[in-house]
Amino acid sequence: MSNELDAVLGHRWKKPPLIKRDWLRWTIGVGAVAYLIAAFLTIDVNWSRVYEGLDRGAAFILAFTTPDFVSRATDIRDGLLESIIMTIAASVVGIAISIPIGLGAARNIAPLPVYLVCRGIVAVSRALQEIIVAILLVAIFGFGPLAGFLTLSFATIGFLSKLLAEDIESMDKVQAEAIKASGARWLQWINYGVQPQVMPRLVGLSIYRLDINFRESAILGLVGAGGIGATLNTAFDRYEYDTAAAILILIILIVMALEYLSGIIRARVQ
Amino acid sequence: MPVLEQNGTKVWHRRTRSESLTRWAVWLTGTAIFVYCWQKISEVTTWFFVWDAPRIAEDIWTRATPPRWEYITQLGRPIWDTLNIATLGTLIALCFAVPIAFMAARNTTPSATFVRPIALLIIVSTRSINSLIWALLLIAVIGPGVLAGVVAIAIRSIGFCAKLVYEAIEEIDQTQVEAITATGASRWQVMAYGIVPQIAPAFAGVAVFRWDINIRESTVLGLVGAGGIGLQLSSSLNVLAWPQVSLILLVILAAVVLSEWVSAKVREAII
Amino acid sequence: MLRLEKLVKTYKTGDQALKAVDLTIPQGQVMALIGPSGAGKSTMIRCINRLVEPTSGQVWLEDTELTGLSSGGLRRKRREMGMIFQEYALVERLTVMENVLSGRLGYVGFWRSFTRRYPQESVDEAFRLLDRVGLLAMADKRADELSGGQRQRVGICRALIQNPKLLLVDEPTASLDPKTSRQIMRLICELCAERGLAAIINIHDVALAKMFVQRVVGLRFGAIEFDGRPEELTPDVLTTIYGEEDWEATIEKVEDDDEKTAEAEVAAL
Repeated sequence: MSNELDAVLGHRWKKPPLIKRDWLRWTIGVGAVAYLIAAFLTIDVNWSRVYEGLDRGAAFILAFTTPDFVSRATDIRDGLLESIIMTIAASVVGIAISIPIGLGAARNIAPLPVYLVCRGIVAVSRALQEIIVAILLVAIFGFGPLAGFLTLSFATIGFLSKLLAEDIESMDKVQAEAIKASGARWLQWINYGVQPQVMPRLVGLSIYRLDINFRESAILGLVGAGGIGATLNTAFDRYEYDTAAAILILIILIVMALEYLSGIIRARVQ
Repeated sequence: MPVLEQNGTKVWHRRTRSESLTRWAVWLTGTAIFVYCWQKISEVTTWFFVWDAPRIAEDIWTRATPPRWEYITQLGRPIWDTLNIATLGTLIALCFAVPIAFMAARNTTPSATFVRPIALLIIVSTRSINSLIWALLLIAVIGPGVLAGVVAIAIRSIGFCAKLVYEAIEEIDQTQVEAITATGASRWQVMAYGIVPQIAPAFAGVAVFRWDINIRESTVLGLVGAGGIGLQLSSSLNVLAWPQVSLILLVILAAVVLSEWVSAKVREAII
Repeated sequence: MLRLEKLVKTYKTGDQALKAVDLTIPQGQVMALIGPSGAGKSTMIRCINRLVEPTSGQVWLEDTELTGLSSGGLRRKRREMGMIFQEYALVERLTVMENVLSGRLGYVGFWRSFTRRYPQESVDEAFRLLDRVGLLAMADKRADELSGGQRQRVGICRALIQNPKLLLVDEPTASLDPKTSRQIMRLICELCAERGLAAIINIHDVALAKMFVQRVVGLRFGAIEFDGRPEELTPDVLTTIYGEEDWEATIEKVEDDDEKTAEAEVAAL
């Protein structure tokens, strides 16, 4: 029996803590608890209002079993159609613009000034949420799907360019160099050396973005930028839960269909 | 066959004739759909406003600058509320997401025919609907305020977190689970010793990632009345107080950048 | 001590992994199970503690029939069978000590195991075992910081702390280099001798098996082809188990030159 063993036998064993320094562990622990208490205390809840609302909540959940597609059928159809139209147009334009910006935002193929400008565009587009952009664009261009279309295009650029640029930056250099060595011009080089490597992922991401654009288009109507959101908002305002349930079910179904479709397409291109 | 015979000489083409035809057809249909969509949009657009847009944009810009800096003193509480909506919403979502993820993962679900489809349905339906819509709904049910915002963020995050966690559960190393089972451990012990340690890093990553997204989303929840800094944005917009709007937008921008930085740091520390 | 009667396993795909295997292992016997890949070695070991449910047949551990047990009864019997795995199967993100103590899971309730409050005897036993395999200093290291040989030693501790009567050992050396393989095999056999344990060691390195065990069973297509002492493994026997090959080199007695040095290393590590 070794000395080390003698030293530990009969002593309690405790799992070594995740954070080694005692004071840091305690500060983080106490801080987290204090924050949670403070956060809970500062939520003003009007409990009688919540209690009253429970009936309505139950009514809404029940409405899902009897969704009403009929009474506002025209509104729902027009709203959904407008959402889909906005989604498709914005995705096409957004993708078309993201490709040059994505190329420009990849450090390994773009010169520094172009890189900085493109990265700047990406950063701005990613930092501003769709709904805020939509508010500003509605103020500038007036109500209607044009503002929604522009919002979604703008958001697509930030999303797609960033991922495309990251993809290009991590591509296999040797293949691209081989094309360059054959004396290709810049455009030929992009076409033969870069495009084949990033194409499958670009297609996958584009489909994914189409899916996101549709989900986002559902809320743009709340601020007057077109789509199904306006109809939904009206349904909530009038407490027409069965119509609202019908719209939500349709949105969920379309999203599921898009996800299924994107699964198939991504499996085929990869 | 990409090599075709033309007037007795062999010519290499990238695609066969039918392949190129299908390609053209796909492109043509695509373009037609796009043109149709564009026409629909332009039909309902008042082009007069659009041509006037540069002037309006300039007008808004001159009104909005400089931002009304002293307004920041009134934004303390809304910022605090926004932070709470995001954090509490994320925490609540995680509490629900974990059991749902275990029910949805193929290797841990109690019943693949009954429980798994229900779990998947919860995941897809909470994920498909934006938190603003959940907020609208909750305001109709429990009234406007921070609580509606917390719950809206929580519901929306459940599906997102559960999906990522259940994918992590399906990817665990099954032999570690087998080894724990072989010691005679109970079902719950197998979960705590064999599965939980394996998914812990993924779980922490998902939590922080979602918290970052939730900070963004909670800044705008106030637009529909669900508390946070969005309330101030909405009331400033209603009275066309553009200098306040620009200040609030700057604050939101700062919050977004800050939360992204925090989540990147924390994720680095975990992995 | 352990008795298999007409044990059959047919997978859903229709593959018959075990064809009515009969086998008896007396107290304290270390037995090697050899055979080509896909012969059903792994399936047999897993059918004994029902990590794989046998299709039919019986498994008797002393006086208990295992295939008919309820899940609670099965858990109690699993405690009596320690298992050691090919890829160590340690929970990589837990510490060495937690991995060893996880062998006691069958003996403690959920909350005690969840809060890591194991009884002091278990903790002491874990320390003793870690000291025995020369890893006491590593107790608070995370399992994924260890080398292959060290991990397998932790795996052995986890199996032994169950206080088993039988060890089920599945390819203990397949992921290790030749020298570490011998150290590990020697350690397993020594520990079995010290504690009077029976063991089934599923192994494909015939030469290594012959060095350490008292009995060899050869499995081919889910049926027992050979059962006897290691010396009886002739080239003919190996041909019936594995198929045609030049077996002289494999059977040649491996010089056990580094016995002393290896011993010292095990203690030093």
